[in-house]
Amino acid sequence: MRGLTAFLAGLLFGMGLLLAGMANPAKVQAFLDLAGAWDPSLALVMVGAIAVALLPMQWARGQSQALLGGAMCLPGKRAIDRPLIVGSLLFGMGWGLAGICPGPALALLLTGQAGIFLFIAAMLAGMALHTLLQRQPN
Amino acid sequence: MSIDWLHFTPWSALAGGALIGLAASLLIALNGRIAGISGLLAGALEGGEGRGEKALFILGLLLAPLLWQGFAELPAVQLDSSAVLLGLAGLLVGFGSRYGAGCTSGHGVCGLARLSPRSLLATLCFMASGFVTVFILRHVWGV
Repeated sequence: MRGLTAFLAGLLFGMGLLLAGMANPAKVQAFLDLAGAWDPSLALVMVGAIAVALLPMQWARGQSQALLGGAMCLPGKRAIDRPLIVGSLLFGMGWGLAGICPGPALALLLTGQAGIFLFIAAMLAGMALHTLLQRQPN
Repeated sequence: MSIDWLHFTPWSALAGGALIGLAASLLIALNGRIAGISGLLAGALEGGEGRGEKALFILGLLLAPLLWQGFAELPAVQLDSSAVLLGLAGLLVGFGSRYGAGCTSGHGVCGLARLSPRSLLATLCFMASGFVTVFILRHVWGV
């Protein structure tokens, strides 16, 4: 059951990305291009998503268990640290360079866009690099 | 700043966003998990607790365009970046999202909806960085 709900949530998430225009890199870059012909659409994607998720997330904060059982896995970290800031700045740089973030990359994989294969291969390499560096006893 | 009214799509953006929010709400309420794509993908690939359901979420995301095509034509996908830019972008997105503990979905949607100060800061950082990067790319280098 948990597997089925996770699968359906993934499917729904992907449909939302496609409908929203988030899976169109040119549209994402048009949102990030404040000095050009600015397309504010993606701000509304965030507004729509947060408006719907706000109450469920607040509810989840007060629960110790999910509805299907198992722990409520909410991030417990509170500290504002350097990895959060540096990582997010690097992520934003990559997001701006091609207009693609992880969700849309995956939602586009099976549409057969050649460039997406390259992007995902590089993204997986970046993730693996992070895992490797984490394992190094510093 | 000039708004590109021709390409502004407020209703599909809001509706698509609402679907994303609904998917994130279902995953947190039923499975007790944050719908952060970079985190779920890492969990699905690297193993650990909940690997199976994380992989199934990712599978659903991968299959979304095929379901879409069962009903309608896929929306336009325009990807003009060169191979070098795509490779560099992918590396930065992959490394940065793991190092910063989240991406547009985990921090930008779920984190903001949780009213998490960490996610608010992360979102401000990647938005600012994205704006600056596109400015340099388009208006300084002219790519």
